[in-house]
Amino acid sequence: MTVRIDRTRCIGSGQCVLAAPDVFDQSDDDGLGFVMIAEPPADLLPGVRDAVDRCPAQAVGLEE
Amino acid sequence: MTEAAVCPVLHERDHPLHGPTGFAEAVSDGPVKMLWPNGVEAWVVSSYAGARQVLSDPRFVTRKGGHPEMRTDSGEPVLDADQPGNINAIDGEAHLRLRRPLSRGFMVKRMNALRPRIQQIVDEHLDVMEAKGAPADLVTSLCLPLPSLVIAELLGVPPEHQELFQVTATDIFGKNGSKDEYVAHATKLADVLAPIVAGKKDAGTNDDLIGLMVNDTDFSMDELIFLCIGLLAAGHETTSNFLGLFTLHLFEQPEQRAILQGDPARADVMVEELMRYTVGHLGGAGLTRRATADVEVDGVLIKAGDWVSVSLLANLDEELCPRAAELDLDRETVSHLGFGFGPHQCLGANLARAELQIGLRTLFTRFPNVRPAVPVTQMSYRTDMITYGAASIPVEW
Ligand code: HEM
Repeated sequence: MTVRIDRTRCIGSGQCVLAAPDVFDQSDDDGLGFVMIAEPPADLLPGVRDAVDRCPAQAVGLEE
Repeated sequence: MTEAAVCPVLHERDHPLHGPTGFAEAVSDGPVKMLWPNGVEAWVVSSYAGARQVLSDPRFVTRKGGHPEMRTDSGEPVLDADQPGNINAIDGEAHLRLRRPLSRGFMVKRMNALRPRIQQIVDEHLDVMEAKGAPADLVTSLCLPLPSLVIAELLGVPPEHQELFQVTATDIFGKNGSKDEYVAHATKLADVLAPIVAGKKDAGTNDDLIGLMVNDTDFSMDELIFLCIGLLAAGHETTSNFLGLFTLHLFEQPEQRAILQGDPARADVMVEELMRYTVGHLGGAGLTRRATADVEVDGVLIKAGDWVSVSLLANLDEELCPRAAELDLDRETVSHLGFGFGPHQCLGANLARAELQIGLRTLFTRFPNVRPAVPVTQMSYRTDMITYGAASIPVEW
């Protein structure tokens, strides 16, 4: 399972960071989200799914 | 449906913490076309799925293009359709150009770094309230000054100008004033801002929002000034009203209040539930969009050119969570729409969260017996402002 952020859609709201702080962070350069762990272990997946759901720009994807 | 239903009177409520009388019932059967008080017809979408769809589909735009805003009083819109820097009424790439640099100023880690300062402001204001003694007005003691001070500091407005800023920002957006009044207030604010902006330019700093906009973006002076006005206005009134409304809900529901007081460390999760519930129960006028193409929403064809009002009653849709009409502070966070959804979702959400979490937790832990000094239904509420809330909240402890 691979986590991605589509930077062309991201608005830097940080909702992914709130949902799964171990997996996502925001770049100091532009505030946009980035993935720290592209293939997260199973225990982090609920947070990632929450991030997919909460992202207002629908920029977070989880390829199963 | 061909005939639009007449919208219930938006400022009439049976209970001050609930939405306009008859509104939820009138819109419960899927998108309903309503005639709003200003004479505009608009579809009301109030399901969770429908709300998310409209707010995130780029075929629904915010730009209001010369048409009257859906305001509760009639008259000309206060802002020109092409007001520079009006981030809430611009779409696509032009919106991203304004939004992205600002998002940097509101990053989660930046908001977390502000928490100690927010705590300090809360503590100082509660110290003063305690020293003066009960009864006190929670709105003027805590709810209003907290977000005003925080946003002024975040923008980088020097302390000597902060009061003028706050007064003017409230004058601008607080009431549905005339266009002439708006222009007069905006001009006053622009005069104060000009030297501040010049100072940031000379210093070359970007550690506050004005500095960031001046030195790290291509925003024009007109855009920058309007964004400052917008941030000040959006940054204090909403948060202040919600801190008050959350407290009132907890006064009215002692069993929920006990959950917060039993586990104040979980205040961050509880604030999400309070937000979901409070916004959902306010219902009424929602987030306005306009269709640029024919789009089906919840089985109804919305035509190009139609207005849509997304009602945040959607937060009470059972599709979002079970027993959605009830407040349940034991609930885990759900993706509520209290801060909107889509590219226009609230820029200040993470700041508002920090203020609400710290404000609420500190109030109820420091004053475990805090209670209303008059019944919640007899307090006065402001219907003259754009956002709804209690005008004053007399409390004892
Ligand atoms: C409890 C407090 C708050 C609530 C409930 C709230 C709610 C909202 C909602 C629902 C929207 C979406 C509007 C739409 O889609 O048309 C919004 C947008 C916005 N909010 Fe907030 N807000 C709050 C606090 C704040 C704060 C503290 C700030 C700034 C410091 C702020 C700044 C903004 C801005 C700039 C936008 C426009 C964003 C855009 O269009 O891209 N808000 N807010």
